[in-house]
Amino acid sequence: MRTMACVALSLLLWSLCAIAQEPLSPQSELLTERVERSIDPFRRGAHLLAEPTPPPIAHVEDNDVRRARGWPEQPPTIPHAIHGYQLDRNSNRCMVCHSRAAAEKFQAPMISVTHFMDRSGQVLAQLSPRRWFCTQCHVVQSTTPNLVENRFIDIDALLDRRGLD
Amino acid sequence: MPCSIAVASTEMFMRLRTFAGTAWRIVRQPAAHLSLGVLTLGGFVAGIVFWGGFNTALEMTNTESFCISCHEMENNLYYDLQQTIHYSNRSGVRATCPDCHVPHEWTPKMARKMQASKEVWGKVFGSIDTREKFLALQLELAQREWARLKANDSLECRNCHDYDTMDFTRQSARAAAAHERWLGSRERTCIDCHKGIAHSLPNMHGIPQG
Repeated sequence: MRTMACVALSLLLWSLCAIAQEPLSPQSELLTERVERSIDPFRRGAHLLAEPTPPPIAHVEDNDVRRARGWPEQPPTIPHAIHGYQLDRNSNRCMVCHSRAAAEKFQAPMISVTHFMDRSGQVLAQLSPRRWFCTQCHVVQSTTPNLVENRFIDIDALLDRRGLD
Repeated sequence: MPCSIAVASTEMFMRLRTFAGTAWRIVRQPAAHLSLGVLTLGGFVAGIVFWGGFNTALEMTNTESFCISCHEMENNLYYDLQQTIHYSNRSGVRATCPDCHVPHEWTPKMARKMQASKEVWGKVFGSIDTREKFLALQLELAQREWARLKANDSLECRNCHDYDTMDFTRQSARAAAAHERWLGSRERTCIDCHKGIAHSLPNMHGIPQG
């Protein structure tokens, strides 16, 4: 008797689950399609199951031309190649040129004063240890198309827009 | 006990003396059966064979595969080299161990090879046979090499990199400026700025790099 009840209950549950599995509507199919194409921007829109040919590796810009910053505190991007520059606990190649002592010799911009401050804002004599690894914030750039849409609006543009209201 | 040791050493000494006497007698006596021509020509040919063999063996110790046959070299220094431009670059022109570390001229090369007996000692007694031992000694070894290159005006660098034919238009602006300003005026030598070009740097605290 009890066995019969169990069997009946499980059959009922199974049938409910089966009903819940509706066939895909056209809208949800589109959604899946979009998901399958947008999981990783590096795939540049290739389908999940496709194996696209990757584009050639981009060259790093090495022209020493300073780029505009998106906002005042933005860490400036590196205008030269840094291939092979050793930046570890043993040696900091960046500081060979960008330290206060060497900036004049190499005509390199000195690291900003913020880099001399410890976490309490106290100014130290030399580069603060928390700023040792430059490439945590500063990066090189290469000329390649954007992978992701960028909707950032510069504050100056925003202020200008406000002025018109 | 000391008495018997003294007796034994005296006996060995006497045997050595007898051997030396015999050898000298044989060498001093004129040849009984061989002509002067055979001896001269034979000596000449044997000399060539010896010299060729000697130099072949020496050149075998002058190859990268010989250097990295020691695990100390392969795991530490060769591994470092593999991350650098002297190992893999656009043109595929490579520098191997002897290109930088062994002088090309014969006399300095012989001198260096004689100095290398210290390295044999180091291998036998394991002066850098673990990673930790290597890291402890790395700075001293590096400083020795930097001093050597500074003393000979980066001769090994100049074996391949010739300042007079450097095309500054193909270098970056900073590189061209630095080379012209310091290398051209002979104010600096290659190794002054390019430490760590082939092997990763040890702790550089207090060591100027520019």
